[in-house]
Amino acid sequence: MEVPILKQGAFLIATFQAALSDADLNQLRMGLVQQVVKFRSRAVIVDVTAMDVMDSFASRTLREIAHMIRLRGAETVIVGIQPEVAFAMVQLGLTLEGVATALDLEEGLAYLNEKFKITNRG
Amino acid sequence: MAKRDSTPTDLELKRTEEPSELLRELVAHLRQNRTQLREEWVVRISETRLLTAMTKEEIFAEATSVYDSYVEALETEAFEALQAYARNLSERIIPRGVETHEVVGIVLLLRDVLARSLFAKYQNDFKKLNRILDAYEPAANRIANTVAVGFVQERERVIRQQQEAIRELSTPVLQVRERLLILPIIGVIDPQRARQLTEQLLRGIRTNRAKVVVIDITGVAAMDVTVANHLVQTVEASRLLGATVIVTGLSPEIAQTLVTIGVDLGKMNTVGDLQGGIEQAERLLGYKVASIAEER
Repeated sequence: MEVPILKQGAFLIATFQAALSDADLNQLRMGLVQQVVKFRSRAVIVDVTAMDVMDSFASRTLREIAHMIRLRGAETVIVGIQPEVAFAMVQLGLTLEGVATALDLEEGLAYLNEKFKITNRG
Repeated sequence: MAKRDSTPTDLELKRTEEPSELLRELVAHLRQNRTQLREEWVVRISETRLLTAMTKEEIFAEATSVYDSYVEALETEAFEALQAYARNLSERIIPRGVETHEVVGIVLLLRDVLARSLFAKYQNDFKKLNRILDAYEPAANRIANTVAVGFVQERERVIRQQQEAIRELSTPVLQVRERLLILPIIGVIDPQRARQLTEQLLRGIRTNRAKVVVIDITGVAAMDVTVANHLVQTVEASRLLGATVIVTGLSPEIAQTLVTIGVDLGKMNTVGDLQGGIEQAERLLGYKVASIAEER
């Protein structure tokens, strides 16, 4: 299953579908970093609104994606985690530590704009 | 050739000895003597001072329907119907203040009243009395059990309903500014309440698009390790929804608990009191509070 990756200015937006297999996640990990390199993006927003479960493999993959993208000097924001999913995740100890999160796409974009505005001023 | 004395032949014994036959005979007797036995029962009920919350007329009305259901259960052995009846009866009388021991008490009294009438009827035929009791006793015990269980189940249902209502009431999630929520927690938190609070808060964050939440626990005296962990999880789950949590009002005991369980205080934002917490939240959101006189 292909995960659509859209370009929005200096950012990339990847929208997860509901049921992603481990293979899909692995493919995405490489694909996203390649896209960041290709477009010289400054940040990636991963929208997981459609995911109604998040297991430890998916959680670990998201963290790895964020780390790999940071090595390219870019930021990652995970948006759209549902309340029930968030609750289940913390009970399993999956806290996505070190990765920025926001409520939804709108908030994710606002966060990034704020962050890069400050950096640009400097 | 039938013997002339009162002892039945083996063949007659086998026919009249069928439990279903005996039950039918028993049920017929209970129906025939319905008025008298029911009256006797009601007298016993007031003698033992049960159902004092109800008037004589109410007791008589309920006694009639209980008696008829009792006899019907003996006859049909339809215990599911009896259980449904017991729950329905409980739904009506629990609000009147009738207690479990009263309901069990009156059912056992009825069992005794009916048993005594059987002793009276078959007093000249001890063998038959024994066989009748063999049929009666298990059924009567099952009825007492079914009614008691039905009553208790109804009580438990009411208690659960009330507990749920209390939980919902006692912790509102309040929006005090755009993007700022306050969760004032008061009283005792058990793990179940903690879980319910977390779910309410996460839904509130999404609905109100909150970026900062102040959880005030001034009104919570103590917290065990399980609940403290729930608090930490609440903070982490809120972050996953893009909200920062500030915890205020930690008592010395709770501070001790958190240190003991080794909470990473770098992960938890805490401020002494609610006022301080709101001020910090406003700073995080970019608000500035100035007095009107100052502004001029």
